[in-house]
Amino acid sequence: MLNFLVRRVLAVVPVLLVVSLVVFLILRLAPGDPAAVIAGNSATNADIEQIRAALNLDRPLPVQYGLWLADVVRGDLGYSYFLNLPVTTLVEQRVEPTLALALGTLVFAVLLAVPLGTLAAWRMGGWLDRALSVLSVAGFSVPVFVVGYVLIYFFAMQLDWLPVQGYRSFAESSLWDWARQLLMPWFALGIIYIALIARVTRASVSEALTEDYIRTARAKGLGESAVLLRHALANAAVPIVTVIGIGVALLIGGVVVTETVFAIPGLGSFTVDAVLNRDFPVIQGLVLLFAVCYVVVNLLIDLSYLVLDPRIRY
Amino acid sequence: MDSTAKKLWANASVRFGVLVLGFMLLMGLAAPWLGTVDPASMDYNQVNTAAGTSDVFVNADGDEIEHTFWFGTDHFGRDIYSRVVYGARVSLMVAVSAAVLALLFGSVIGMLSGYFRAFDMALMRIMDGLMAIPAILLAIALVAALGANVATVVVAIAVPEIPRVSRLVRSLVLTLREEPFVEAARALATPTPVILWRHILPNAMAPLIVQGTFVAASAVLLEAILSFLGLGLPPDIPTWGNIMAEGRVQFSEFPGNVLYPACFLVPTVLALNLLGDGLRDVLDPKFAKRGA
Repeated sequence: MLNFLVRRVLAVVPVLLVVSLVVFLILRLAPGDPAAVIAGNSATNADIEQIRAALNLDRPLPVQYGLWLADVVRGDLGYSYFLNLPVTTLVEQRVEPTLALALGTLVFAVLLAVPLGTLAAWRMGGWLDRALSVLSVAGFSVPVFVVGYVLIYFFAMQLDWLPVQGYRSFAESSLWDWARQLLMPWFALGIIYIALIARVTRASVSEALTEDYIRTARAKGLGESAVLLRHALANAAVPIVTVIGIGVALLIGGVVVTETVFAIPGLGSFTVDAVLNRDFPVIQGLVLLFAVCYVVVNLLIDLSYLVLDPRIRY
Repeated sequence: MDSTAKKLWANASVRFGVLVLGFMLLMGLAAPWLGTVDPASMDYNQVNTAAGTSDVFVNADGDEIEHTFWFGTDHFGRDIYSRVVYGARVSLMVAVSAAVLALLFGSVIGMLSGYFRAFDMALMRIMDGLMAIPAILLAIALVAALGANVATVVVAIAVPEIPRVSRLVRSLVLTLREEPFVEAARALATPTPVILWRHILPNAMAPLIVQGTFVAASAVLLEAILSFLGLGLPPDIPTWGNIMAEGRVQFSEFPGNVLYPACFLVPTVLALNLLGDGLRDVLDPKFAKRGA
């Protein structure tokens, strides 16, 4: 068991190394001299040389990578070219709306998709099943921003039920106002995620429902809800939890777009601004951060199999 | 019509996909003859004209054209209908190029790591690393590094798709290389490249075509998303994403600028996804359960 934990955690290391290498090379591939960018327009050549030496940009590429990685591991993501603040400070300032958006969508999507997928599997070929299969193909085909704008058009502009755009932090608004402003973003971001989870839930529950233990459970007179929840869903849990983890990639990508549509000042819109400003330390830091989140979430999910399925023993 | 084509046409998803994609493709090709004007021309007397208005449009050369603005004009005085129709060309071309590129590189990497165990470890670790970066972010980062023109945007869209294709091809090759016909070819001293090209690749074709359709679907979406964020092709090139990006600033007054292109983008992606589902059901029933 401990052996498995150690091995699984260690397996993450090469993945993260490749991610860091890709992220590092992206900065190095970019045209333009970072030292000159930081120095600004009025700098002399001597100033630029000084900055270059201070940032180790005069060292060979592998050495630069090593030094950069050592900083990153210690939690130092460098300074923003544009805002002249440590990237970590900037991330801290913008993390709340992103967490509110992403975690809210995660909870909302799972609470909606798992019951829907289970019910669709229970009455396969029924109206709910057919509606869900149409919705799940549609969910994969409509870009997040189109959903976002259609929602804004109907619920904010035509019906005037919800605020159009923007974000007020949890601390400075009431719980109701805070949740109300996030309803449309949660839904827009959630659609593709709901489609994915519902589809896998349906497939995996419907497979579990064909098993002998379901017949046994029904034969001993167990109610349908107990059959579905305690037997079918419990046995179908592993693929569902896996896809929730894989879908976090969609969620992270979607955050970037959703925050732009709804003018939410979080890490996603910060990423877009950083690209428009060619602020490479920020781009690197954010891509790295998002990728690490994704890898860690999936690591935790792998470990959760031990709890979800007692048959799995490594 | 041979039997495979007949079977394909019997599938409703395939029919829908082919018809919608055919329509979009023809529309793009026939763009100059569909009552369009130059999609880049700005007429400052026609700024934010309402949809359906018929009036005179003055193009960049100064020609006065009697024109109906079916979808209205944007805040630069460009005809949105013309931009949407011409946009089909760019959006489809970018998506198809990205899909072909991803299939090409993905297949080569997948065959190398599936057939030559020496490459497997290293190549698959690199693919794992690339897969750990969400597709949109990786594409954004690549555009940031390479700059935005048609070639770099195609590359930026293709790269995030390569790991998925290469994993598929690798898994196919791992099974195919144990098949008797490969063993026979090897016993006849067939050179390895020939085995890969003549024996392995044709047998991997059906799942690859299916995968290619899904890759094209996400490529259309990714292009639109990049353009929408202002990180895709330069804004003067009409693509569906670019038209929506320009419409964003005045969405509350003129929602049509975002919603008209969406009416073309969404069916295109839907058609590609359904075509992929249909092709998989017909061509590749063994793998139908593998999922997208």
